[in-house]
Parts: sequence; C-alpha cells; structure tokens
Amino acid sequence: MTKRNSLLAGLVAGVAATILAGSAGAQTVEITYWQYFLKEKEAIVNELIAEFEKQNPGIKVKHETFPYANYGTKVAASVPAGVGPDVINLFYGWIPQYLKGGYLQPLPEKDFPAAEIEKDYFPLVQAAKVDGKYYALPTAVRSLALFYNKDLFAKAGIANPPATIEEYLAYAQKMTEKDGSGNITVAGTAVQPSGQGIHYIREVLFRQWGVTPYSADNKKVTYNTPAGAEAFQWYLDLIQKHKVGFPGFMTDDVTAFRSGKAAMNIDGSFRLAALNAQAGLNYGVAELPSRNGVKSNFASFWANGITASTKGAKLDASVKFLKFLNSEETMKQWLTKVGELPAKKSVALTEENTKNPLYGPFIRGLDYAHATYFIDESGQRQVIMDAVDDAIASKRSAKDAVKNMADAEQALLDEFYGK
Amino acid sequence: MRLSLDHMTIRQRQALTAYIFLAIPAVFYSVIRFYPALESFYLSLTKWNIVSPTKQWVGLANYQRLFKDPVFWKVLGNTFEYVAIGLPTTLILSFLVAYYLDKVKFGQGMLRAMYFLPHIASAVAMAWVWRWLYQPPPIGLFNNILTQLGIGGQPFLTSTVQAIPAITAPVVWAGMGFNIVIFLAGLKAIPESYYEAARIDGASNFQILRRITLPLLKPTVLFLAIINTIQLLRIFDQVYNMTQDGLGGPLNSTKPIVLHIYHSAFHKFDMGYASAATVVLFGILMLITLIQMKVLGKKS
Repeated sequence: MTKRNSLLAGLVAGVAATILAGSAGAQTVEITYWQYFLKEKEAIVNELIAEFEKQNPGIKVKHETFPYANYGTKVAASVPAGVGPDVINLFYGWIPQYLKGGYLQPLPEKDFPAAEIEKDYFPLVQAAKVDGKYYALPTAVRSLALFYNKDLFAKAGIANPPATIEEYLAYAQKMTEKDGSGNITVAGTAVQPSGQGIHYIREVLFRQWGVTPYSADNKKVTYNTPAGAEAFQWYLDLIQKHKVGFPGFMTDDVTAFRSGKAAMNIDGSFRLAALNAQAGLNYGVAELPSRNGVKSNFASFWANGITASTKGAKLDASVKFLKFLNSEETMKQWLTKVGELPAKKSVALTEENTKNPLYGPFIRGLDYAHATYFIDESGQRQVIMDAVDDAIASKRSAKDAVKNMADAEQALLDEFYGK
Repeated sequence: MRLSLDHMTIRQRQALTAYIFLAIPAVFYSVIRFYPALESFYLSLTKWNIVSPTKQWVGLANYQRLFKDPVFWKVLGNTFEYVAIGLPTTLILSFLVAYYLDKVKFGQGMLRAMYFLPHIASAVAMAWVWRWLYQPPPIGLFNNILTQLGIGGQPFLTSTVQAIPAITAPVVWAGMGFNIVIFLAGLKAIPESYYEAARIDGASNFQILRRITLPLLKPTVLFLAIINTIQLLRIFDQVYNMTQDGLGGPLNSTKPIVLHIYHSAFHKFDMGYASAATVVLFGILMLITLIQMKVLGKKS
C-alpha cells in the first residue's frame, strides 16, 4: 500500500509540476519588433521596451534592426520565408503593396477606433487607411520646411526668410553668386528633384496652383492641366531661366546647404539633427513660402503595423505594444530624442512646440500637409525626376513634360489596380 | 563488395579522395549558385511580387512584356554601348602599357604594382572619387581644369550623351591593372629564341609585333576579351554609385541591364519580369562567349 501511495503521490507531484511549468511558460509571450537602423531610434526603442516589459511582466519584446538601404528588401524577402516579425515599422508608402501581398492585418477596431484616430491624429495618417480600415499608425511624422543660411541672408542684407514664393525667387536671385565664366559658386536655392524636390512639386506647387494631384480614390492622375504645367514651369524656371541653382550642384542639395554653398533649401524635419551637428553652419527654418495665400506641405511617416500571421496571445501582446508605442508619453520622448514630430495633435500643437524656432515651422506645416498615397514609391518618384531631367535635357515644354509624367504615372497606377 | 576500401587499389583510393574534396565546392555551387539560377528560369514564367504567398503561372507573358518594354531595349542598348566603348579601349591601352612595360628592365615591378593598384581598390570608393571628379564647378576637378583652359565646363554625368563614356572611364582604368598583368604573362611566355631568330632574319619591330607577338598572344587576347566582355555586360557598381540615387540616369541613359533587373526585382518587387530579364542576359552572355571562342579561338 505504502508503495502504491508513494507512487501516486509522485505522479501527482509530477503532473502538478508539469502544469505549473507549463502555465509559467504560457505567461511569457515573446513578440518581435523590426525597424530600420538609426542610432537614435534604436536607442529610444530599447529604452521603451525596457519600460514596456516592466509594465507588462508577461511580455518580452525582441527588437531587431536592419540597415536603411535594404530594409525594404529585407522585409519583403522575409515574408515568403515566413520569418517576419509580429510588429513592424514600415514606410507608409509601402503599405498598399504589402496589403496586396496579404502581409498586414487591420488594427483591431476595438483597440484603435477609426473615429478616435481621426480625431487625435493629423489628417495625413489617413494615408495608412485602406477600405475604411487602419493598417498602421505612426509614432512620429515628418514634414517639409524652408532651411535658410542666416549668414548668406545677412550678407545680402535680407532680414527675414521669404514668406511667399515671389520673395523666395527674388531672394534666391539676389543671393546667387557666379564666377567669371558664369558658373554658380553659391546657389540662391538648392534645386534637387531627387531630394525633397519631387514632393515639393507634387504636393506643394501643384496645390498652390489650385491643382489636386490625384482623384479622391487615388486611382487617377489629375495634375495634367494648364495650371499644373504652369506650376511645373515655375520650378523649371529656377533652373533654366533664373539660374539660381541646378540639380547636382555640389553633388546634392544637402551637401550644398551644409557646406554653406546654397542659401536656401527645402528639406525635411529629419535633417535637423545632421545640420545641428554641422559646425559653423548658422541656419534658420521657416514655413514653406505660400502663393496667393495658399499654403501646402508634404508629410510622410513610418508607421507600426501588425503582421497577418500574428495571432492569439502574441496578437494581444502586439496590440499592447503598439498602444505603448503610440502613447502620448512616447511621442514626447520621440520628439526630444529622435527629432521627429509627434503624430497626435494634442502632443504636437503645444505652444512650446509651435513656437520652437526649429521644430515650430514643421509642426505648423502639419496642419496643411498632404501625404501622397503611394502605390509604387520608387516608381512614382522616378516619374517626376525623369520629367525634370527630360524637360532640361531635351528643352521640352512644361506642358509636354507634365503630360508625359502624368501618362507614365497613370500607367503605374493602372498596373497596380489591375486595369 | 568491390568498392569497400580494402579492395581498392591505391589509384582508386586516390581518386576517391580527390572526388571527396571536389564534392565540397560542387555541392556548394549547386546549392548556392546553380539551384537559384535554375529557379530563376521557373520564376520568369510566373507573376510574383515577392510578398505574395502564391506565384501565378503566366507562361511567356513576362518575355512578351520585356520585348515590348522600351526601357528594356534602352538598357540593352546601353549595356552593349559599355562593351563597345570599354572593350577596345581597355584591350588596346592594356596591351600598349604591357608591351612597353615588358621592354623596360628598371623599375618594372614598381610600375606594374602601380598599374595594378586601382584594380584592388574598392570599386564603390573609386566610383565615388570619379563621381566627384566629374562634378560641375566649383568642386569638380575636371571641370575646373577645363574652365581654366577656356574650354568651358562639360556636363559629364548629367548629360544623356556623355554619361556612358564618363562611367566607362573608371571601369577601364580599374580593369587595366589586371589586363596588363595577364598581357605581361602572355608576353613573357613567348620564347626569346623566336625574337632572336626574327632579328637575325632582319625583321623590323613592327613585323615582329605583327607576325610573332600578336599571333602568339591570341590565347591571352581571347581570354581577356571574354573576361572583359562578361564584366562589362554585367556592369553595375559604377553605374549604381555614379548616378543620382543609383537609378542609372539621367533618363535611364546609363542604366545597364543588371541595374534594370535589380530595380525590377528589389524596388518594384516584379520578380517574374526581373527573372525573365535575367534569363535573357544569361542567353546573351552564353552566346557572346561561344562566338568569341569560335572566332578568336580558331586554330590557324
């Protein structure tokens, strides 16, 4: 009897131990988070994960980063291999492509109600909304502004940055310096389609000429109009007629502005950190110049989404982590530590932020910013770069250049939407 | 069993050992290179955007698209332009340098090392150095010199006409070191007695060059022509690093076929189309190699 009893007791103990061990295992859920490598972003996410794990003892977050240059390829290649993450940071312009491949799942409506998102966030995040559902949300966003070199402004006797595009052109002409052979030695403004120039043309100039670049459903190109051609001509004139700068001057716009060889440049908020680190550069930031009182801006963002294969406890953990990444507290830290602008209005539009001499113009710009709905980011980018190159190389009129550009971009849209 | 180790002759055992050693690279090549290469033949018959779980069978549709695509014909033309400019230039220059280098005795090793240096330098770093040399004033060295000479600046990389020769220059320059060394080896392999006999018969330097040196260098020329053609047909690094955003611009004027494949596959995720272009490139490389072997390799 005693022998049997002890056997039974041993059995019970064994089963209990197994159950206990099993339940302890089930309590810890590990999820994986992917983003591209940027020193500041990696550091802040590591800090955030430590904080998140303290608040949620049962969840472990594995954080992996990849080089920026081939992040898109890495993510894409991981999908068919089935080795992707649970929560992923994607450029918003890639979302339609990834949705087509069934890579992302919509954010649960009960945790991220669309109505609330649209109340709290800047309207540009709607670029992450497809068929009424949000698939990703950004912690931070970026917009454009005019960077100007204060020393070159002082040298030319100009007190304030340009408020209108007429002033922008006049100041650029005044500050352009040339050598004896007519070569530009200091550009009045950097003109670089491959930088932010393409966005400036598409979302700022077109709109300032009263042209909405795409139809409401984003399936039709609508900028091939006389006003669109006029806007494009204005940009070409900077290069060809007024000769205040040209693409590739000093290799690119960022180098030209950093080295004090361009008096102005239109660039993104993500450039602030690099420019602040540039010794001897005395620069300021202003809102993009308006035209006839019309202001416009381009904004873009990297957003966090949840992959389609994430289910059950991992999905719950991923939702919690996503909420944490999109909390107001995180956004505040993100602004000071990474330098990207908060995606929620309540965090961004504080008096301290809007009056900040560096962030302020970008944050004020968010109110009237548009995020292009990309379906093929690199293709839609090359279309505009080619239009500018082609207009310059073959002396094509702005009217024909815009027509070719619209045809080429329409072909990309048709291909994507399967026409 | 006949094949058990005890029953094998020493010769058989040696052969077995050799095959075991040879199997390692063979397996490696099969898994890492041949299998993916074969896979691309299959992919070229499908429509697949890399993120989608399914590959849709489309037959030859990708090839039809390819042959109707003006960009494909443009990049194919560009690719052959690189060969047409690069191959004769590199062979002639390398031969001239090797020919005269072979004649000097003092400092030959030093000179040979100097010519070889660009070949071992990183192609990416060299591409960027040349990119800066080609910049418009005030920072481009070439343009600054031209301006001072009163010739006026040239657009170089920003011109749709000048860009291909401008990119070919650093390719030729970097490849010369290797070509010179191979030419030198070829020249040194020609027995001195042939030259002595020719001189005794009163042949001029030019006659010696034409009747002895060049015919005996034929295998070297064949080898270098094939190697350089293949390298130029596969040009990528220099174009990727010397053009804006690595796009092969302006207006696709410098884009070679490999860069087009890369963009189609890894920017547009159009894997089927990219694979079809790869298969076409494979066919071209194969064909050109066979033609060169036939033409240049003919026994005289």
